Amino acid sequence: MEIKDKKTANLPLWTLTVFTENNVGLLNQIAIIFTRRNINIWSLSVSSSSIEGVHKFTITCHASEDMIKKIVLQIEKRIDVLKAFYYSDDEIIYQEIALYKVQTDALLNDIQFEQLIRKYNCRILEINSTFAVLEKTGHCDETIALYNDLERYGVLQYVRSGRVSVTKSTHEQVSDFLEEQELRRRQIEEKQ
Amino acid sequence: MLGSEILFQCLKAEGTKKIFGYPGGAIMPVFDALYDHDDDFDTILVRHEQGAIHAAQGYARVSGEVGVVIVTSGPGATNVITGIADANIDSTPLVVITGQVATGALGTDAFQETDFIGMTLPITKWNYQINRPEDIEWAVARAFYLAKSGRPGPVVLDFPKNAQIHEAPFTEYKPCNFIRSYQPVPAINPDRVWEAVNLINTAQRPFIIGGQGIILGHAEQEFKDFVEKTGAPFGVTLLGLSSVPSDMPHFLGMIGMHGSIVANKLQQQADLIVVIGCRLADRVTGPVNQYAPLAKIVHIDIDPSELGKNVKADVAICGDCKEVLSKMLPHLYKNNFDSWIHGFDFYQNVEQEKVVNPEVHPAEGPLHMGEVIDKVAEVSKGEAIVVTDVGQNQMFAARYARFNGTTRSFLSSGGLGTMGFCLPAAIGAKIAAPEREVVAFVGDGGIQMTIEELGSIMQEGTAVKIVIFDNTWLGNVRQWQELFFAKRYSYTKMVSPDYLKLADAYGIQARRITERSEVDAAVREMYAAQGPFVLHVCVEEDSMVYPMVPPGQPIDHILLNRSEKI
Repeated sequence: MEIKDKKTANLPLWTLTVFTENNVGLLNQIAIIFTRRNINIWSLSVSSSSIEGVHKFTITCHASEDMIKKIVLQIEKRIDVLKAFYYSDDEIIYQEIALYKVQTDALLNDIQFEQLIRKYNCRILEINSTFAVLEKTGHCDETIALYNDLERYGVLQYVRSGRVSVTKSTHEQVSDFLEEQELRRRQIEEKQ
Repeated sequence: MLGSEILFQCLKAEGTKKIFGYPGGAIMPVFDALYDHDDDFDTILVRHEQGAIHAAQGYARVSGEVGVVIVTSGPGATNVITGIADANIDSTPLVVITGQVATGALGTDAFQETDFIGMTLPITKWNYQINRPEDIEWAVARAFYLAKSGRPGPVVLDFPKNAQIHEAPFTEYKPCNFIRSYQPVPAINPDRVWEAVNLINTAQRPFIIGGQGIILGHAEQEFKDFVEKTGAPFGVTLLGLSSVPSDMPHFLGMIGMHGSIVANKLQQQADLIVVIGCRLADRVTGPVNQYAPLAKIVHIDIDPSELGKNVKADVAICGDCKEVLSKMLPHLYKNNFDSWIHGFDFYQNVEQEKVVNPEVHPAEGPLHMGEVIDKVAEVSKGEAIVVTDVGQNQMFAARYARFNGTTRSFLSSGGLGTMGFCLPAAIGAKIAAPEREVVAFVGDGGIQMTIEELGSIMQEGTAVKIVIFDNTWLGNVRQWQELFFAKRYSYTKMVSPDYLKLADAYGIQARRITERSEVDAAVREMYAAQGPFVLHVCVEEDSMVYPMVPPGQPIDHILLNRSEKI
């Protein structure tokens, strides 16, 4: 069910973390860097970070490492972007969340339903006489596997979030940059 | 204080002297405030907004100051887009202020509303919509700081009408000198400098490329010291021209598609290429996988995203080139590569005999562009500011104009290749340096793209010398059609108006020449003229710029003329 961009399907998947100021239009600024190079953004999520006032974009896409390096530099070139990093899957802890809506009848009449819930360790968020909503967090292949298993009940609605991730380092890597910049600001102030 | 007045207080504090503009609905309050600032600014009213932006580019590139443009919303704004894209790719500092409908009307398709922030996102260094008069000072300060610091570029300030007509307190202007998310001049990694020094000191066959970064970084002297000390042969890019005197020892001229044969041949044989302040664009390198196959590359640039973008560098130094060169200089061996250079004398001779002489010293036949440019170089003693359009006029000017070492004396639309750039850019250049002669070389195609700016010249009395090379064709496209499209001259034949009558209508002196015998007197007459002057030169129809590296070929595959290659 995953339709991949033909051109890039065989290329590795990267996770980019982009730290920015919280200004209007940043999503656009970042998105057009991919558009211009005809690269499909695979998933995207935006949130605040552990540093006050710093926003964090998590973007995944398929590209060669050479291309992803260039994209990171182009993103960092945008004035309101603080710093951008790219990671392969083994360098980060990451997670996605998926919601599935299925008909209640179909679930209740299937004796394997309990096994399914146990196997995937998914949660039931809502169940009423017409439909049930299941939630599964995990990696993409896990959420897709559940989708495939649920298909026999008929999936009425399905949605998967963009990837969120944290690095295996002890702190936000952008904080080094912020410290450097703070030092530079003090130096400029002292000069005056 | 009214928002529109705050804007001019800020511009004044930033040291702005010239404004290139055109009024219109959504910017009227700003022009109304400008009415009272006659003593503070010279405002040049152009004939089309594209003229304003190219003039501001010309001004910025000659003066080194930020060019300021004020135009209205909608069509006024969209008309400056070409110039913004041009300034972005050629790293020209501009602050472009565009009118905008009132904040409350945004997104309603109001009269003359366009999403100018959205439109200019990919072609500006930064853009911002000033929605409150309280934000004007902050935005202008940031705009100027960003436009001129680091790698310069254009900044757009979109200025909705409500912010122009409402009041905000204004006391003292504070220029911006720090932005948390922005590092204009990256710290130089000393290890990289050492690696570069070692490579340079041990190179057997080095070649040095200087780009516009030399000029933008005020590193002309350091660059000269660098090439002198290393003793290496060097060339410059199109936009690097005039950064060094044309007659400097070991200077081999412009590199790239129509660059000097020897410079291109040397790069393909070199064991080291040092690239300073240059993007290594495709017109310089040819196919990157066949570029400089034997060479290690040292690439110095202030913009980290340029390093490795096109050509992978063995040593990439991110930083201000003036600083980097100063750090390297004391550690470089004084060296001599005469035997390496003289090994290529053959190519110098071939170029002189097969390319330069037929173009610059033809014995018979119709006039050539090259000979006129050469005559201007002789008469001006290499002291003029040369402005070109795009196409054959541009390449001939780049090849045959001479510069005595006054930097910022060659203006051309390099990255974007904007036809129509020349005339308005020349106006800006003359306004930036009224004491210097400005000679504009433009084709019959390019002049007709922005010919309306003769009106600005008339009104301002801007004494630019305009050489129109008229071959009755869009010459460069015609050249490609002849060489690569089986002589199928699809829509390149172009009819011109009577330029003498046109000049006369604008009250501009003019002369037409068709014969070789007239060149000397005509160029001298033009050069001596007090005011603006149009010299209409009827040149050969089938002009061709050689040498030429055909597109897609490595840079040592060079056409010499219609039948020979080397």
